[in-house]
Amino acid sequence: MSQKLLLSAKEIDIILHRLACQLIENHTHFKDTVLIGIQPRGAFLADRIKKILVDDYRVIGVKLGYLDITFYRDDFRRGEKILEANKTHIDFVVEDKRIVFIDDVLYTGRSIRAALTAVQSFGRPQEIELLTLIDRRFSRHLPIQPNYRGRQVDAINQEKVKVDWIENDGKDAVYLIEN
Amino acid sequence: MSELSVHHLLGIKYLNREDIDLIFDTADHFKEVINRPIKKVPSLRDITIANLFFENSTRTRLSFELAEKRLSADVINFSAASSSVKKGETLIDTVNNILSMKVDMVVMRHPNPGAGFFLSKHVEASIVNAGDGAHEHPTQALLDSYSIRERLGEVGGKKVVIVGDILHSRVALSNIFALKLQGAEVKVCGPKTLIPKYIEKLGVQVETDLKKALEWCDVANMLRVQNERMEISYFPSTREYTQQFGVNKKLLDSLNKEIVIMHPGPINRGVEITSDVADSNQAIILDQVQNGVAVRMAVIYLLASKIKR
Repeated sequence: MSQKLLLSAKEIDIILHRLACQLIENHTHFKDTVLIGIQPRGAFLADRIKKILVDDYRVIGVKLGYLDITFYRDDFRRGEKILEANKTHIDFVVEDKRIVFIDDVLYTGRSIRAALTAVQSFGRPQEIELLTLIDRRFSRHLPIQPNYRGRQVDAINQEKVKVDWIENDGKDAVYLIEN
Repeated sequence: MSELSVHHLLGIKYLNREDIDLIFDTADHFKEVINRPIKKVPSLRDITIANLFFENSTRTRLSFELAEKRLSADVINFSAASSSVKKGETLIDTVNNILSMKVDMVVMRHPNPGAGFFLSKHVEASIVNAGDGAHEHPTQALLDSYSIRERLGEVGGKKVVIVGDILHSRVALSNIFALKLQGAEVKVCGPKTLIPKYIEKLGVQVETDLKKALEWCDVANMLRVQNERMEISYFPSTREYTQQFGVNKKLLDSLNKEIVIMHPGPINRGVEITSDVADSNQAIILDQVQNGVAVRMAVIYLLASKIKR
């Protein structure tokens, strides 16, 4: 197994600021906009984006929730891996809101498909957008594309993209892992 | 999340501590789900569950059915009163007939102890015991412990007294197993005639003075007097039972602390517990009912995840 550094901490920081700016460009005051981090790994990215919006760009009243999609996945009982549930925490109404889903890696699109179903349990949003740090293009199983992407990566199926966050893994970095 | 050590939920005595923790952690997620505007997840949309009730039940049957529907399983219901059991069909034949309709899981209540265990040896389906005679009622014990955990933070180290008809109670037996497994201290309290001999062997203490038991405990689980299972008189009169083993507001107020009151239902108001106690803030009886759906969703979900295609 070998791993290649795709993005360093510095590069990640620049990309996150760009993504935050693109969000501001489209959502200005975030009046009807809510951010939803997809559990488990999207939560770190969502926290970070919110922090940049609030601390660096003085956007006030940014709402952030976390959505767990375990019970909505389409591979229940199909794989060897036991699905592990995480906490869903959405303490605002999503009805008529503009939602931005935030996840670290967009791969087959199945997680986002599950998230689209899951979020319906909370109401009917006005629209849903997708922000992702890494977009593994050419590997989609479903017609799902991000509205905001950090970096496009061409990786074959045997390869894995791993995103580390300082809060969880000790430092910010994105690796391409070859088996 | 790991997986359960069992393929069936036949009784608490077949579970280990990790199983209980896993069920509770999963139930936490489902409790959040059932408080959403739309209380349903699609996880079990390819699973069919048969609810076989060979004995009367209202809340357990409704709770299981709701749990199954909230997981999007297909559900068929069967009650013995309106079935071919009355025509002399055996249990295995009845169940095999139902399973030939491609059922993946069976939730069964039966008047005979061990009925679920027997079935699990003879049919190809996951079995959930919803009460077998005076033996076990595992999901009730799980939801009771879950409710204690929710109210008091944890079950380990807590003192729980189970009051009433211990002899005929599957709830009592399953609760004793579940509470001991989690490290709680357990006492049973009731008329001597309704406390089984050798119950101390399960690691519980016997107390026949209700006031003393309540002064000792953090939680009192008040059981119903099961007149339907009593062929003979175990106590002189209901009035005398109430005087000695009924909990009322005055008795609770006389304690120097606030204890948690539980009841598995259905309540005989004015017998084992008075209305003012049942409806007070100390009682978590309706929390138990709500938690019952979440806990049963967790049990069914975790068992279903072990069914291979």
